Amino acid sequence: MSDSKELKKTPLYEEHVRLGGKIVDFAGWLMPIQYPDGILKEHEHVRKTCGLFDVSHMGEIWISGPQTLEFCEYLIPTNVTKMKFGEVCYSCFCNNEGGIVDDLLLYKKEEKRVLLVINASNIDKDVAWVKARAEGFDVAVENASAEFAQIAIQGPDAEKLVQPYASVVLCEIDFYHFVVGRVNGIEGIISRTGYTGEDGFEFYVNPDAALPLWRKLIELGAKPAALGARDLLRFEACYMLYGNEIDATTSPVEAGLKWIIDFDKNFFGKEAVLRKMEQSSGRKLKGFEAVEKGGIPRHGSKIWIGDKEAGVVTTGNKSPSIDKIVFLGYVPSTVKNGDIVDVEIRPGKTIKAKAIKTPFYRGSVKTKKKS
Amino acid sequence: MKKYTKTHEWVLLQGMEATIGISQHAQELLGDVVYADLPSVGKSLKKGEILCSLESVKAAAEVFCPLTGTVKEINETLNDNPEIINQSAEADGWIVRLTITDASEFEGLMDEGAYQTFCAAHQ
Repeated sequence: MSDSKELKKTPLYEEHVRLGGKIVDFAGWLMPIQYPDGILKEHEHVRKTCGLFDVSHMGEIWISGPQTLEFCEYLIPTNVTKMKFGEVCYSCFCNNEGGIVDDLLLYKKEEKRVLLVINASNIDKDVAWVKARAEGFDVAVENASAEFAQIAIQGPDAEKLVQPYASVVLCEIDFYHFVVGRVNGIEGIISRTGYTGEDGFEFYVNPDAALPLWRKLIELGAKPAALGARDLLRFEACYMLYGNEIDATTSPVEAGLKWIIDFDKNFFGKEAVLRKMEQSSGRKLKGFEAVEKGGIPRHGSKIWIGDKEAGVVTTGNKSPSIDKIVFLGYVPSTVKNGDIVDVEIRPGKTIKAKAIKTPFYRGSVKTKKKS
Repeated sequence: MKKYTKTHEWVLLQGMEATIGISQHAQELLGDVVYADLPSVGKSLKKGEILCSLESVKAAAEVFCPLTGTVKEINETLNDNPEIINQSAEADGWIVRLTITDASEFEGLMDEGAYQTFCAAHQ
């Protein structure tokens, strides 16, 4: 607990308390980790019907000005020029050592206005990072985190539940695309994105509108879901969590994020990423399934191949969707699907696990159409 | 008679047989239990030793043996349905039955009233 600094609250904090949410300190924010139904029920709602998450703690940065797109091309490894207006991309900031400063979503709104969505825990670091990179570009960088509340509705029923109250035709918003529109009269960005592996939307609205929007969506049948379920859902879908799968020391290539990098363009940190590839750090992120009972490997658990320590677990849990104990971890890149490793579940005790393909579970999430 | 430990186990003592589980309070703190690593029948344990570990979707928790004894029976149902601990922590969610060696150890545990006071003070 960071008691020296006052913990921040989203506009929905009182609502979470009213709903019986168990509140924890998450990256300096007072956030619910679960509601009274529990993580497994919340997980089930999202997978089978529809869940609602308050993700207002996420940070936002506006980049604007004449050189917006040129600057974004330099700022992140993903090709922004090829994106259409109204398109979203998943990307990251690369540091000078081939590692990752943070992962992010980029919203290509207009030629002179782009929105970045970043992790709550990294807001100050990221704003400083983007401002430092912007030197020499004719752009303005603005921390807009206080301008937005963010609510994510996720699950196979999300579209049909929201559509009657939406000012836009939701089925026309492709995966990883967004529009500005209204839901129940509340204006904001409607984005077909998420962090659960299910279809759904993320709404970026004025903080004052968060409570009425939240209550309307609950009234329509979405069930509140909190950080515990969110982590379990994203883990099954094998989405990265900054601080677990990726950090300042992991390269996007090792993490399996080569697809976000356009090596044909220049971007900050490119040389370091290339250098790390050539030196071949020799490790990669891989999925595993426990083939023996004994416990659940967790973040930081060691992985052994024979009598050699060979890697580390980034996230582990029992996947309710496939009813198996699974984990992600960094291991030598020679490890192939079907290979057996030993993984520590507590000091001195290991169990056998088998390398398997990822994601562990594929939900209702749409795939991005090839342009 | 049922008594509780400071580490949130409950013990129901009938003669020299002790049925052991985790308290309703502990169940709430732990959240959804998804795996129970049960001890083997016949295992001898001293008071305070690790009896087993329970894994929730959030974390792992150790269950400590409240009394010295030998594992007589384990709740096999927990292998496939560990969620019973959440549904019925102090009845169907029992973990082991122990044949104890020293009934006087039971005296040192808290009765329900004392345990509730203990929990309230440690919120």
